[in-house]
Amino acid sequence: MDFLRPASWEEALAAKAEHPTAVPIAGGTDVMVEINFDHRRPEYLMDLNRVGELAEWEVGEETVRLGASVPYTRIMDHLRAELPGLALAAHTVASPQIRNRGGVGGNLGTASPAGDAHPALLAAGAEVEVVSVRGTRMIPVDAFYTGVKRNALAPDELIRAVHIRKADGPQQFAKVGTRNAMVIAVCAFGLALHPETRTVRTGIGSAAPTPVRATAAEEFLNAALEEGGFWDSGKVVTPSVAKRFAQLCSAACNPIDDVRGTASYRRHAIGVLARRTLTWTWESYRTAERKGGVA
Amino acid sequence: MAANGAPTKLTQGAPAKGGIGESTLRPDGTLKVTGEFAYSSDMWHEDMLWGQILRSTVAHAEIVSIDTAEALALPGVYAVMTYDDLPTDVRHYGLEIQDTPVLAHGKVRHHGEPVAIVAADHPETARRAAAKIKVEYRELPLVTDEASATAPDAVLVHEHRTDHHIHHVPHPNIVHRQPIVRGDAEAAARRADVIVRGEYTFGMQDQAFLGPESGLAVPEEDGGVHLYIATQWLHSDLRQMAPVLGLPEDKVRMTLSGVGGAFGGREDLSMQIHACLLALRTGKPVKIVYNRFESFFGHVHRHPAKLSYEHGATRDGKLTHVKCRIVLDGGAYASASPAVVGNASSLGVGPYAVDHVDIEAIALYTNNPPCGAMRGFGAVQACFAYEAQMDKVARELGLDPVEFRQRNAMEQGTLMPTGQPVDSPAPVAELLRRVKAMPMPPERQWESSEGADVRQLPGGLSNTTHGEGVVRGVGYAVGIKNVGFSEGFDDYSTARVRLEVAGGEPVATVHTAMAEVGQGGVTVHAQIARTELGVAQVTIHPADTAVGSAGSTSASRQTYVTGGAVKHACELVRERVLEIGRRRFGSYHPAWATAELLLEGGKVVTDGGEVLADLVDVLEGEAVEVEREWRHRPTEPFDPRTGQGNGHVQYSFAAHRAVVEVDTELGLVKVIELACAQDVGKALNPLSVVGQIQGGTTQGLGIAVMEEIVVDPKTAKVRNPSFTDYLIPTILDTPTIPVDVLELADDHAPYGLRGIGEAPTLSSTPAVLAAIRDATGLPLDRTPVRPEHLTGTN
Amino acid sequence: MRVNFTVNGRPQEADDVWEGESLLYVLRERLGLPGSKNACEQGECGSCTVRLDGVPVCSCLVAAGQAEGREVVTVEGLAEYARERAGGTPAQDSGLAPIQQAFLDAGAVQCGFCTPGLLVAADEMLERNPTPSDADIREALSGNLCRCTGYEKIMDAVRLAAARQSEGV
Repeated sequence: MDFLRPASWEEALAAKAEHPTAVPIAGGTDVMVEINFDHRRPEYLMDLNRVGELAEWEVGEETVRLGASVPYTRIMDHLRAELPGLALAAHTVASPQIRNRGGVGGNLGTASPAGDAHPALLAAGAEVEVVSVRGTRMIPVDAFYTGVKRNALAPDELIRAVHIRKADGPQQFAKVGTRNAMVIAVCAFGLALHPETRTVRTGIGSAAPTPVRATAAEEFLNAALEEGGFWDSGKVVTPSVAKRFAQLCSAACNPIDDVRGTASYRRHAIGVLARRTLTWTWESYRTAERKGGVA
Repeated sequence: MAANGAPTKLTQGAPAKGGIGESTLRPDGTLKVTGEFAYSSDMWHEDMLWGQILRSTVAHAEIVSIDTAEALALPGVYAVMTYDDLPTDVRHYGLEIQDTPVLAHGKVRHHGEPVAIVAADHPETARRAAAKIKVEYRELPLVTDEASATAPDAVLVHEHRTDHHIHHVPHPNIVHRQPIVRGDAEAAARRADVIVRGEYTFGMQDQAFLGPESGLAVPEEDGGVHLYIATQWLHSDLRQMAPVLGLPEDKVRMTLSGVGGAFGGREDLSMQIHACLLALRTGKPVKIVYNRFESFFGHVHRHPAKLSYEHGATRDGKLTHVKCRIVLDGGAYASASPAVVGNASSLGVGPYAVDHVDIEAIALYTNNPPCGAMRGFGAVQACFAYEAQMDKVARELGLDPVEFRQRNAMEQGTLMPTGQPVDSPAPVAELLRRVKAMPMPPERQWESSEGADVRQLPGGLSNTTHGEGVVRGVGYAVGIKNVGFSEGFDDYSTARVRLEVAGGEPVATVHTAMAEVGQGGVTVHAQIARTELGVAQVTIHPADTAVGSAGSTSASRQTYVTGGAVKHACELVRERVLEIGRRRFGSYHPAWATAELLLEGGKVVTDGGEVLADLVDVLEGEAVEVEREWRHRPTEPFDPRTGQGNGHVQYSFAAHRAVVEVDTELGLVKVIELACAQDVGKALNPLSVVGQIQGGTTQGLGIAVMEEIVVDPKTAKVRNPSFTDYLIPTILDTPTIPVDVLELADDHAPYGLRGIGEAPTLSSTPAVLAAIRDATGLPLDRTPVRPEHLTGTN
Repeated sequence: MRVNFTVNGRPQEADDVWEGESLLYVLRERLGLPGSKNACEQGECGSCTVRLDGVPVCSCLVAAGQAEGREVVTVEGLAEYARERAGGTPAQDSGLAPIQQAFLDAGAVQCGFCTPGLLVAADEMLERNPTPSDADIREALSGNLCRCTGYEKIMDAVRLAAARQSEGV
């Protein structure tokens, strides 16, 4: 095993081009476990901690360009207004120690369906900035996950950042685990209201081979909210609409039975989380609308 | 050759008197908070090698061949050993039944069984070498449950049993069977107004001590070996190891290094023999440290169980009879299974007065992971079931569940199902009363001015509910556990106590082989020495095999038995000191001959308080040392057919009230409070007593809502050997645990004390289950409860 | 490979480090600092918690090479670290950090294997949040498993350290 220590982003790209099998390591949450448990013996280990810009973020007009290695703790502490869904998801990641080291780049690189960031990214809308010596690609996050623990990265590419749309409305994230902290998701759900476009977006984690959106549920809810004039009236979402939305979210799952939970439970739980997060986000939206009205 | 990090003497000076009854601080505390306390995994030696174990990848198979050539050829590898390389004809070991091969011989009987061992100069080299050993398996049919174990054509897990239980078991795949019959349950059933039956399932729990199995074996110049080890019982290890190593016991020296928790998981051997074999083979010190994955295969677990119960009661709320059948899965090797059967059967009815009982408990041999000792063994599984039954009967009778238990609670003088009278206080009704009387935690405690605090709701940080679907439930349970080794076992301990003058003041040194695994025995020994010898300074000698056996740190027995031995040795030292005093100073004061004399504050005083002499002057450079064995009252075996007999030494009782909140839609549980009341006889160190009760309570919580080793029934392989998927409670899963300590002396025991470590683990689980039933209305007949069980999605 | 970094204020050098070794392994087996404990090697127990450039991390998940040039504080250096934070005056007669003394006084130590990681995590929390609520304490320590105590005495210890800190004891 060789240990590569690029001191800059350019060096990192050059090293990855030269050694496409090099495994990038930043927070170490996934890579070190695999090494410690003898599941993986990469030829090259490439430390990205010395590439300072990976741990930085820029808040733009439309999006936040979030460096791949910005620790979850910093997302929770500094980006709660711009990225509320991701900040909530960040708060559910493993333990404080892990949140101090791990970042979204690791979740994307591993592309486990159980990665906590995925549902929030899917719901908010995001593009992954992947770079190689050949150039830069912007991959919509929906297209980034290609299979169980597989992603759209080419062997010579590294994840530079994620461009996440700044919240234009309430967002929520909820995750089911069988412990009240430090737990891998049995399933997770992210929901974002986008009042500017009068749309909703969803993200489902750990209930299909990849993180997925519940597109049929989104379409149904978009139509129902539009037809019912809910965006303007700010009235409570009809229980039957919420119920149907929850059913469609459940139907978007394609889960398995495993040691963490049954497929049947995952489908059920996603439905409950979909209904609850819809209630919470819509309640926030209504409250904000009413306050806006008074002002 | 001395190992780096070898245990140092612990000195505990006390600002005050520091005797029994005070919450003196741990003598090893400062070392533990500064990181200097040497655990077995911290041992280091110049030139040491690292040992690695190759384990079976299948559960039941013939070993067709093992090829170690490639592994041996790897640079940095010093030794590779298989069964054929063992030095003597003794190649099996075991706590009671020597059925466990040191390395697999011809076949493997469970997933993760040791097949070969490697020593190399770096752990990674050792891992690579182990991976290069080629083992060819031919898989055999699996025995995984009672049906497959006892079928007429069942494959035998052990073909040639010679142990003494084989003569009374109905099938060779049954390790041990214990029936207990008293009264006439059939006739009593006819008098019952209500009869309630239930089938219950108890999952496989892991001790999950935080310090994985580890140790350092150092070869010695005389051809022997010195093992620095984390264990629960040095002398039991030694007895099993020496014959396999081909060494007399005095050439196998054992020193206890720091132990990172035990809970039963270190009663059996793990890497002890392997490290010594490699050290003797290579002539170099060998360290073995399991990682967490291996630890799940490296020790026995709590027996999973299937329990069938029938309870009958009259309309006025008195139990008429109990019938039960308890099937424990012992896995591939016997370990402590016979004793677990003894406990499950004899304590199978719980702390209730029932005249007509018909009980049967068995432990199976299967190809599942071996099971043995874990905190409260046997009694824990039974308590889960009988307490569920007590709630069911109460509901059937329309009685309050606490009231119903109190009407049937045993008391001093009650006969156990074994016919043994309970001859010390048994405040079962009182414990229930106390736990019920504690103030209830406030409702909707999660609400704050800023909305719902998810940390205080089911799901915790995962943000699954802001109060939706959350229903509160309350449940009660009480349990009974035996203290000490039962059924005629010669359960003794040894203490060596020395009193001398050092640095101008009297100092006592206490030397025992007691395994301090975190429970605080070392604290209590110093307190006992201070009380008995009236000195401030007490040094605790490292535990080793240079002194006689202390017995096991298990069965809630060490404060009773080794504490008793220390007390006894101190009393003998005191007598000798007084003799010396009489010889030297007797002529100066008549009280030497006439008064009751005590040692207090470093002086010889009369019971009237008159000072006769300073200990420093009495001892005058002389050291007084006594080593003695000490035994509790003898017990007797249970009759193999009727289960009658005075099998137990002492009983320990605890009661819990659980308050839970259940997210009924998602099936997630938050335990809000777990209140406990326990009788401890006499609290030698109140702070440690409460710590034991809270720790035991939390392990019971774990088995109620999350902890389970999942074994695939099709392959008998463990599916979750990691802390990612075997979950134990975090601080956010653990509620406040108010403790009410009752002290009713047991006159048979030193200071009237009662063993305390295990009882709280018993009643915690059924109390949580009862609370979840209360919240959900679901029957819930298995533990742990998973979200699937609460949402009908399993 | 060779790795240079600072541990508890002192420069350290480790030679012949295998590239797959963790910071935890290097601390324990190469630098003679076994205080940080190895209990799970997968970031699921917190026993190996150290501060890396001030931030609590699981040292089992830091590749040794990633520590190059950085500052590490382990339980062995906690008392000194607390002393410097307090302006050089020892907070306790014992020479221990306040959180260490509180763990002893409250009975928060049994087997002690989780203790080093808990101390590092709790000390850092009290630095950030000197007056934590119970829920704050539980959240901050939710990455540190303890199997012996049931956490109650650990809660007591952290409350005690916070109270002593606020009283300037």
